[in-house]
Amino acid sequence: MTHAAARFARFRAGDFELNSAEVTRKVAVPVLQGKPTDSTATPAAPRAEFERAYRVMLLARVLDDKFASLYRASKIHGGVFLGRGQEALSASMGLALREGDVFAPLIRDQAGRLAFGESLLDAARTYLGSPKGPMRARDGNVHRGRPREGLLPMISHLGSMISVVNGVLLASRMQGKTGRVGATAIGDGGTSTGAFHEALNQAGVERLPLLIVIANNQFAYSTPNGRQFACADLADRARGYGIEACSIDGTDLDACLDAVGGAVRRARDGGGPQMVVATLLRLAGHGEHDDSPYIDENLKRSALGRDCLDFARTALIERGWNDATVLDRWRRDAEQRVDEAVAQAQREGGPDPYTEDWCALATRRLAEGQPE
Amino acid sequence: MSITYLEAIREAQARALAEDPRVFIYGQDVGAFGGAFKATKNLAREFPGRVLDAPISEDAMVGAAVGAAIQGMRPIIEMQFADFSTIGLNQILNQAGTLFWRTQVPCPIVIRLPCGGTSGSGPFHSQTMEGLYAQYPGLIVMTPATVEDAYSLLLEAVQIDDPVLFCEHKYLYYHLKAEALPTEALPAGKARIARPGRDATIVTHGAMLHEALAAAEELASDDRIELEIVDLRTVKPLDTDTVLASVARTGRVLAVSEAWPWGGVTAEILARIAAEGFHLLDAPPARLNSRDTPVPYHPALWAAHRPTARTIADRARALTQA
Repeated sequence: MTHAAARFARFRAGDFELNSAEVTRKVAVPVLQGKPTDSTATPAAPRAEFERAYRVMLLARVLDDKFASLYRASKIHGGVFLGRGQEALSASMGLALREGDVFAPLIRDQAGRLAFGESLLDAARTYLGSPKGPMRARDGNVHRGRPREGLLPMISHLGSMISVVNGVLLASRMQGKTGRVGATAIGDGGTSTGAFHEALNQAGVERLPLLIVIANNQFAYSTPNGRQFACADLADRARGYGIEACSIDGTDLDACLDAVGGAVRRARDGGGPQMVVATLLRLAGHGEHDDSPYIDENLKRSALGRDCLDFARTALIERGWNDATVLDRWRRDAEQRVDEAVAQAQREGGPDPYTEDWCALATRRLAEGQPE
Repeated sequence: MSITYLEAIREAQARALAEDPRVFIYGQDVGAFGGAFKATKNLAREFPGRVLDAPISEDAMVGAAVGAAIQGMRPIIEMQFADFSTIGLNQILNQAGTLFWRTQVPCPIVIRLPCGGTSGSGPFHSQTMEGLYAQYPGLIVMTPATVEDAYSLLLEAVQIDDPVLFCEHKYLYYHLKAEALPTEALPAGKARIARPGRDATIVTHGAMLHEALAAAEELASDDRIELEIVDLRTVKPLDTDTVLASVARTGRVLAVSEAWPWGGVTAEILARIAAEGFHLLDAPPARLNSRDTPVPYHPALWAAHRPTARTIADRARALTQA
């Protein structure tokens, strides 16, 4: 178990309630003093990589905040699900992948999607129900992707995307396409599903170049870890399937870039499936409909509740890599880009049920009620 | 030369593998062992690297098939028994069945379901599931009843750009024989008049076709009643036109299925006839299904659980006298 994992293992729900002396002390002090890693510590990632990740995280945060605000103004139909607090982890995943790889993000992967190359417009159009979006208003919010471009659209059933990524990788191998990595994300709760275990075992048996990133954000909707799993560390789940795993502090961008980047390299180099378990706290409700009263205030103030974006910003300044003026300009740039994408999607309006092609089959002659 | 229904399935897969490099087979024990029923016998040897043993993970098997389809392959998944496909149900309904609608990326996968009752198999190795799958959008459901259709429909299924549930009937695996493989076939989605008659129509599919044919022989020789029998071949899409045309000739209809009575294929057939062909009927439409219990193990109970030539004949006789 890594240093960070050892530190965070104590924060598993249940343990947290019991409050070891150290945890009590930690939650009593301000966040920055309780931070698990010093932002001026020797950086794992070079400046350019760190800055690229920060800008993706920032863009994702701005976009998420915009969706949240549109939701509160009743401008978005259906749910809104934010990745707040998970951007460092998610961005690291998207940045570690390259063209030709396959990525199946989950609900809190706005940053990973942007890093992988999804456009702001795809996100805005899907959330706002534009028929010009990749899902053409047939599916919404986080259920979007472009399978032909390696971005798989998630279904809601947790754990189900892992074996789909496996299938892409298996087929790629049959086709003689090597050097391709598949990555997917899941939360602590999703690791309880049968689909998760079947798929990890499958990836292990086939020794596929798969990366699974687990964001252990302490709650599956409202259910705390203590009611979700009984192993000491979710990384233990990997070992049972012959999968290499590591545990990290998911609020630390250096740690995320290092661990996720390393895991992708090992997978690409034939090291078989890889798992990264990142410990952090969801800094939002399950969705924007959820004010998450079940998250203890002390937990929010603990080291777990550190905002990865704040940490990365502080690091950029303290390392002398950038000053606040530049970082503020980056934010304004992000806000402008997001506003433009949202405005365009809003101008496009919604789908027309009268011109909708109500055909669920690619083979039209076999669809009932369709002209041949 | 004679070829069984099971051999036809094996031959169709061999031909699909030979003709299309995108095809591969994935399922439990399908590799060197050749499958629990030997439907993939020798295929792993003839097509190295393309007939793969899967762990006992029906969910992951179907999920991987969807991923492979996205990557341009045409996987054939063998469920060891149709009953176990419920473990993969989520991937079939929610992943495979929604992919094209959501993304316009086709999902060409075939899921072979060895289905239906054989005596002694009990509640978990005997189920027929076509009604369940036909209920959901985005899926095609085939129910071959003949050696010819086992071969030609399976070959067609592999070339279809949508998920196909191929409900092959275990009772027919060894019983049913043909002289040769077919050289031409009706396309999927078209039903077939398996026996012409004037007095009543029986609409059925799968192994029940043969029970219905036996019932028709009995009624023809004993009662001079001529039953017309429609073999649906695919239950989704359902060839309503062929069914209605037959009912127009006979004025009476009995829908027969090995599945359970609530909902399902027979209910769908009768609903369509009532809605679109009510004026064609000279008697209330009838249907015959298995009993509403799990499939029993003992042969004495099993034989009384599902429709047979005897019960079909009785019901058809009553129908013609109604």
